[in-house]
Amino acid sequence: MDLVTPDFGLIFWTLVTFLLLVFLLSKFAWKPILKMVNDREASIEDALKAAERARDEMKSLQADNEAVLKEAREERERILKEAREMKNKIVSDAKDIAIAEGEKAIASAKAAIAAEKASAIAELKNQAAVLSIEIAEKVLGKELSAENKQAEMISKMIDEVKFN
Amino acid sequence: MFKSLVRYTAAIALLFASFQLNAQDKDAHTATVDQSTTAEDHQVVSEDHNQTTESVESQKIHTSKEDSELNITELIMHHISDSHEWHFFDIDGQPYSLALPVIVYTKNGFSAFSSSVFHHNDNGEVVYTASNGDRFIKVHDIIYIASEKKNHEAWAEHGEDHKVTNAKPTIDISLTKNVVNLFLGVVVMLALFMGISRKYENGVPRGRASFIEPLVVFVRDDIALQNIGKKNYMRFTPYLLTLFFFIWINNILGLFPGGANLTGNIAFTMSLAALTLIIVNVNAKKEYWIHIFWMPGVPVWVRLMLAPIELVGVLTKPFALMIRLFANMTAGHIVILSLLSLTFIFKSLAIAPAAVALTLFIYIIKVLVAFLQAYIFALLTALFIGQAVEEHDHH
Repeated sequence: MDLVTPDFGLIFWTLVTFLLLVFLLSKFAWKPILKMVNDREASIEDALKAAERARDEMKSLQADNEAVLKEAREERERILKEAREMKNKIVSDAKDIAIAEGEKAIASAKAAIAAEKASAIAELKNQAAVLSIEIAEKVLGKELSAENKQAEMISKMIDEVKFN
Repeated sequence: MFKSLVRYTAAIALLFASFQLNAQDKDAHTATVDQSTTAEDHQVVSEDHNQTTESVESQKIHTSKEDSELNITELIMHHISDSHEWHFFDIDGQPYSLALPVIVYTKNGFSAFSSSVFHHNDNGEVVYTASNGDRFIKVHDIIYIASEKKNHEAWAEHGEDHKVTNAKPTIDISLTKNVVNLFLGVVVMLALFMGISRKYENGVPRGRASFIEPLVVFVRDDIALQNIGKKNYMRFTPYLLTLFFFIWINNILGLFPGGANLTGNIAFTMSLAALTLIIVNVNAKKEYWIHIFWMPGVPVWVRLMLAPIELVGVLTKPFALMIRLFANMTAGHIVILSLLSLTFIFKSLAIAPAAVALTLFIYIIKVLVAFLQAYIFALLTALFIGQAVEEHDHH
């Protein structure tokens, strides 16, 4: 029975030394070790997170680059297309203008020609009238001394002129 | 680390310098009073006595076969029980042992003296009279107050079953073999763990810290965190760490030749189990008590039935802790000593190799058990704390 009868002295010393140990080691051993371990774990976690962040940033940067590149390519395409369109437009515009100018020149030339023709005809008519009068004067001066003959002659001539 | 170990060892050596190493002749018939052997002022009332100071071990070699088994039982029981002297070995029947201090309190006051005053007598035949007049005898390594009259060579009264009926001192806080081993364990722990933060360079463990840190992290993560939970575990981790290392290191020290069976002593395990009981119940939350007295989720008559069972459970949990460590360590010591004694039981040298091989096998298992029991004690303590501080309802 001695074996299972607790001895007061040993209980006393066990409690005293153990509680003292709990106090001393908590203060001078466990707290510092746990703090070191926690700090290190925290720093490792931070480092891992930072690496993760850097990787994400890298990824987003790459994505950005790609987007910029794509945009630039699109821009180039657009500019080229615009330039092409511009060229075509300029060429066609020039063509149109040229055609219009030509037509205009032709029209004005035609008009000038018509006017010239009309004035030439008028001139010719005038000249013809003057000449005819002069001829008539000369002819008539001799032949038509009588008044009836003159009048007959004039009306006959006017009729002829009108018909022309 | 070695420097500080040497420092602590020197301090301990100084502490016990006054308690001299005793050697006494085995055929000594008269124990003359030798005042100079002890530091304290004391008188030894010595009588003629046939004290045989040879140890149990040397006895068994000379005794007949039917006695030998009994003697081996005695030898083993002697080894696993506490003692007032730290016995190392015998040479020519002369015991070499360290006499340890006795500190007792009676109604006459405190007395402190070396156990060497009893001259290795363990039958109550030598009486020591302290300066305050108290008279003490030692029987089977327990200090009693001596009887007035001499009774068959001894100053002790025996009851029917040969039990000593003398009064004991009111308080006996002697530094017994177990207590000295306890102090040794404390010294080892302080040497191992104090100033550990200086062993860190930029947060990286060096030297002994690199060996201790994984164990600390193991206790923190696998014992404290897993059983107590994220919210509360840091509060209990220092206690659990001390508990784990305290039991482990004392288990290991008990395995050294000459080491005491400290962790296999019921007083030691009871103290630690009592602390677990106190910590668990002091920190218990409302939910814990509700689950004990008024178990939710079951009919009322079941609740009434469960309440006393749960209430008993509060005590049986630490009680099981106490018994488990005690039984494991004591049983281990008994098995090792029994196997080693096989040679003497069979009185044949041919048995020796097998006995030694078996002992070695059990010894290695004991090294594992030393760790395992420390782990289990700390783990179960953490588990009980975890149950007590749990706040959410898990039904």
